[in-house]
Amino acid sequence: MQKMNVTSSPHISGPDNTTGIMLDVIIALLPATICGICFFGFNALLTVAVSVASAVLSEYLWCKAIKKQTSLLDLSAVVTGLLLGLNLPPTLPLWMAALGSAIAIVVVKQMFGGIGHNFANPAITARIALMVSFPTAMTTYIVPFTDNVVSSATPLGGGDFALSKLFFGIHPGTIGETSSLLLLAGGVYLVIRRVITPELPLAFMASAAGLAWALGDDPVKTLFTGGLMLGSIFMATDYVTSPPTRLGKIIFGVGCGLITVVIRHFGNIPEGVSFAILLMNILTPHITRLTAKKPFGTEGEQK
Amino acid sequence: MKKNGNLSIITKGIIAENPVLRLVLGTCPTLAVTTSALNGIGMGLSATFVLICSGAAISLLRNIIPQRVRIPAYITIIAAFVTIVQMLVKAFLPAIDAALGIFLPLIVVNCIILARAEMFAAKNPVIPSILDGLGMGIGFTATLTAMGIIRELLGAGTIFSLPVTANVIDPMLVMILPPGGFFVFGILVAVSNAIATKKGKKPVEGLGCSGCSQNGSCPFADMAAEQCQKPADAEQQYGETLKDDMTAKDESKADTPEKEAGEND
Repeated sequence: MQKMNVTSSPHISGPDNTTGIMLDVIIALLPATICGICFFGFNALLTVAVSVASAVLSEYLWCKAIKKQTSLLDLSAVVTGLLLGLNLPPTLPLWMAALGSAIAIVVVKQMFGGIGHNFANPAITARIALMVSFPTAMTTYIVPFTDNVVSSATPLGGGDFALSKLFFGIHPGTIGETSSLLLLAGGVYLVIRRVITPELPLAFMASAAGLAWALGDDPVKTLFTGGLMLGSIFMATDYVTSPPTRLGKIIFGVGCGLITVVIRHFGNIPEGVSFAILLMNILTPHITRLTAKKPFGTEGEQK
Repeated sequence: MKKNGNLSIITKGIIAENPVLRLVLGTCPTLAVTTSALNGIGMGLSATFVLICSGAAISLLRNIIPQRVRIPAYITIIAAFVTIVQMLVKAFLPAIDAALGIFLPLIVVNCIILARAEMFAAKNPVIPSILDGLGMGIGFTATLTAMGIIRELLGAGTIFSLPVTANVIDPMLVMILPPGGFFVFGILVAVSNAIATKKGKKPVEGLGCSGCSQNGSCPFADMAAEQCQKPADAEQQYGETLKDDMTAKDESKADTPEKEAGEND
């Protein structure tokens, strides 16, 4: 007879684990990454590589410094570095990309307790820190398929581009945000793999398009420009910083969408996705508490 | 108070009871004006002057000021010295005056100064009160200067306006913006907590009374607690706090004015 193993519930666990989920996210991001590298050249590859390497190194060194077991193998640092790299313009000086990843991992993630304890998405927060610190470098974009470091207006910054170019991503922007098609494909992959549920990105996109339409902007252009696809599919859906309940996810997505369009339409900066996600990250605990399901049968005995 | 040497009254304000990092007082000017090292020193020295002078004046008047109106009286005394500082800085250091702006007159409501008046100057003779003000002032100035140096170096690439890295790399603008203040402040508190824990002291955990190293001996905490507790408890607690300084006659009356002061806060 086998030795009895006495544990508390749950007794059935699925095959999912952090490493597997992170690997799926990396797979889903790869097409857009490769596409960005093709569009923007070798510099883009270097930027992404440096931010991933810096994220992994920061994670390793920090865990070493505070004598904590490293969480390198769960690949979460790779995902953070990759997401940050995709959020950077291809011409950014490499040390800035490295600094951004270090901020993401050390300040935003590890100082709050490591994976699962960060209050905000590390990549988003690092992007905002870089954006506020180096506004010129962070908004210098290049036209795809050229090596000239010539600053160029993004579609959000006033440039005019045909819808097909927007959809396939042939326009200036950060490395990973331009190709809506490949980002959507990655999103579909994640939904099929059940890594994310579609409520949050859909609520994000629908509310952004709806408010843009109400304000007289082009709703399709709103969806396919800037970081909206990348943000709504890959960054807003971070497990740690978005609500776990279905209603909570919808509220979170709608909030992100509305704030994004409000910033784009009324604000004095062209892009609002990262600020919208960060603001909703901060509200996440409250949304979770308000939308938590009551266990069956407890209605009568609430305090 | 414990029978400490005069030197230890000064040094405790610098390290063990550093007003910003250990008592977590005066965070508003700390976050707001430390965009450069010079501003930090300017703010620190202004506050030190007010701390020393108001400590001396309040200590001299401690037996004359009625309990019931002591907070307004302290504020009036502090305001007088702040006005002097403000006029002096305006006249002789107009650049500092422009940089500190509203935060110079706001020293009146700087809680370090009011806290030292209430916790120390009101219970101690003149010389220790002056030394306490000096120690707290040095601690405040040192912390503000350190924060100013860190933020200026990272955010502008200079220290005391002398270029260090400014021409080599782009400075990180965020460090001299408000978020940078919170970053540096949080990290400095974390470092001082780490050092304090290593020495076996209680780390600062919250930014309320519970996180304060004076918790348990601070009259403000008792005031706050009084509103939550039964009157009898509050009376007892307050009596204990001031036992050293008050005569038995005063002690029996102590609850009444204290309670009103608590409500006014």
